[in-house]
Amino acid sequence: MRLRPMLSLLVVVPLLAAGCVGKPAEQNTGQNADAKEFTLVIGANALAGGKNANTAKWTAEYVIPKFVEAQKAKGVNATVRFEGNGADDKDYKTKVALDAKTGGGADVLEIDGIWLGEFAQAGQAKPLADLVGQDKVDAWDGWSKIPEAVAALGDFDGRRYGVPVGTDGRVLYFNKKLFAQAGLPADWQPRSWEDVLQAGRKLTAVAGIVPIQLNAGTAMTEATTMQGVLPLLAGTGKPVYDNGKWQGATQNVKDVLGLYQKVYSGGLGDPLLQQEAKGRDKSFAQFADNKIGILLESDYFWRSVINPANGVARMTDRDTAVGWAKVPAQRAGSGVGGQDFVSMSGGSVRVVNPNTKYPRQAWELLQFMNSFDATRARVADTPQITVRSDVNDEVLKGDPMLTYVAKEVLPITRYRPGLAQYTQVSAALQQATADVVAGKSPDDAAAAYQQAVVKAVGEAGVAGN
Amino acid sequence: MRATDSAGLGRGRALAFVAPALVLIGIFLVFPALWSIYIGLTDYALTGPSSVNPRLVGTGNITGALSDPLFGNSLWLTLLFVFGSALIGQNVLGFTLAWSLRGARRGLRRLVEGLVLLAWILPSTVVAYLWVAVLDRDGGTLNALLNTPGTAWLVQYPMASLIVFNLWRGTAFSMLLYSSALNVVPPSQLETARMVGAGRFSTLKDVVFPHIRGHVLTNTLLISLWTANDFTPFLLTSGGPDHRSETLPVFIYQQALGSGALGYASAISLLLLLVNLVIALVYLRLLRRRG
Repeated sequence: MRLRPMLSLLVVVPLLAAGCVGKPAEQNTGQNADAKEFTLVIGANALAGGKNANTAKWTAEYVIPKFVEAQKAKGVNATVRFEGNGADDKDYKTKVALDAKTGGGADVLEIDGIWLGEFAQAGQAKPLADLVGQDKVDAWDGWSKIPEAVAALGDFDGRRYGVPVGTDGRVLYFNKKLFAQAGLPADWQPRSWEDVLQAGRKLTAVAGIVPIQLNAGTAMTEATTMQGVLPLLAGTGKPVYDNGKWQGATQNVKDVLGLYQKVYSGGLGDPLLQQEAKGRDKSFAQFADNKIGILLESDYFWRSVINPANGVARMTDRDTAVGWAKVPAQRAGSGVGGQDFVSMSGGSVRVVNPNTKYPRQAWELLQFMNSFDATRARVADTPQITVRSDVNDEVLKGDPMLTYVAKEVLPITRYRPGLAQYTQVSAALQQATADVVAGKSPDDAAAAYQQAVVKAVGEAGVAGN
Repeated sequence: MRATDSAGLGRGRALAFVAPALVLIGIFLVFPALWSIYIGLTDYALTGPSSVNPRLVGTGNITGALSDPLFGNSLWLTLLFVFGSALIGQNVLGFTLAWSLRGARRGLRRLVEGLVLLAWILPSTVVAYLWVAVLDRDGGTLNALLNTPGTAWLVQYPMASLIVFNLWRGTAFSMLLYSSALNVVPPSQLETARMVGAGRFSTLKDVVFPHIRGHVLTNTLLISLWTANDFTPFLLTSGGPDHRSETLPVFIYQQALGSGALGYASAISLLLLLVNLVIALVYLRLLRRRG
């Protein structure tokens, strides 16, 4: 007799709950538009004295005081706070998603462009036009200064969700001091994968160093995909997503995994490092310590990692000791679009949190953060490729590396497909490299990868061999 | 229900007294449990389309888990972890410490107990940090001590490292429990055993064990459950490398918050709950057979 109320409770509660999972929120573009007093929070994966310290410093010392001042001039009392994070990208993503899910989070958020699809489909990011009104979005004069291809980083499904922070390009960094010891030239530019392996083999003559660091494994997460598999795939002539299909166990994927095998089973790379929880950070430290010969990284590595002024793994002689070269295609002319050299690009996007109480003010803040003055102030100390061409023209002059990326690499670069499925495919690619590093053959790893991709996106979305 | 109303409250007032507790249990225990069962029946995700419109997939998550090699892997690792570090490790080491410290000098006994307890009471994060430093590949203390430069213990021997870690971390509880349990063994019986020339093993088996059988079972039950649900391995290896130390709690976390598959992770939580129930039932049966 006691059982029956218990049972009915068991049935009723989940039924009630069923109505609550995943509710979409209402939106009002003019909400609190005329508030005389408001509070906004800026969120980013940046922390004073830690990760992306530049962004944190700029936000706290430039954006907040200047914006508050500008609002005061209009008779509005604004309070702006910075909510910094210093976590791995994956953890930061989880945090932002959980914040958004529970109705909270910073009002203006910096997220990786590649998460935009998932967030948009989940309603955790909304088109700017839905949040503040199309007229207000179009009214911003900054759009004219952002090249359309770069602005598209903030688009999903043909709608604009935010303003990109900047973009980047991938190159091969090499340590000129180690190269000199191995008898390699200081103006090294490989023209095929074989050239890179050749240089790696020569570097084995230098004791106590790792010739090539090619990111692999699941612990490095997206760094494996972006600084490893994708540029290599582009070098085989076919991007990961082509003609509406994801690449399965194609010859291209097998070739890429074959290169991983040559590096990690051939004594040219350090297989253990790829599996360590903090492997990428360690690779940074090792490169700065002259322990790595060749490293595939983005310009982020140059400006935020080995930067002698404020990097996380400072290299005092960076400007003289570090060389860079374009990433070669598998063979000359075998890259996407018949290119000899390839690159991949990404970048963060700043979006307005749909949960904000002050959407108009948040958009105003977002415009302010992307104004000419603010953008220039952000990259004044550490030049970086911004989205604004007017700022780039001015600040990149002094930095040969970034000028090189802007002039030589960006014209040949490719972007990741802005689809929500991408993250799962990316994870499967990371797993495939992990398998090869752990000793599986490229064919076996490719077969397992094919299975994982089919499971993630369905048979119809995968191109086999 | 007949009235055996010894407090003289009457049914209404008795209910009123327990109501607050029941409400709290309902809100914080029963509801979340039912809620997670419900989520386990959907494809609810952290991001993407199914975070807004989750579909009911019924037992799809459960069957998916049972055919997921990663789930099988983590179930096996969990059993290995429980068996190695709790069932055998903490039990035996805890008992050995308690047994050999019985006759030790008071000062020595306090010192050893203090050190073992310290491993138990330090916060997990602090302990994990210390162990990472000890086991680190470059400049780790263990490599310096053993003269094995370049051995990445947490990468090359992740599960063995975790088992030793948990042994070190959790032995205090078993030691304390057995220390007090050994007090119930009448000294006269031990004396008699010695008089008739019983060996150490037969003394333990025939004199000591029958007295502390209940304690052994209780202890084993508790440490098994704690170990099976322990999340500290995450702080040391995050389940890596390549899922080689991904015990069930870590697997659930990785699925839920790493991959965002909240529905799938909830379904696996239910499976973990079932595993726990089975363990508990087995022990309870053994315990009952004693009487």
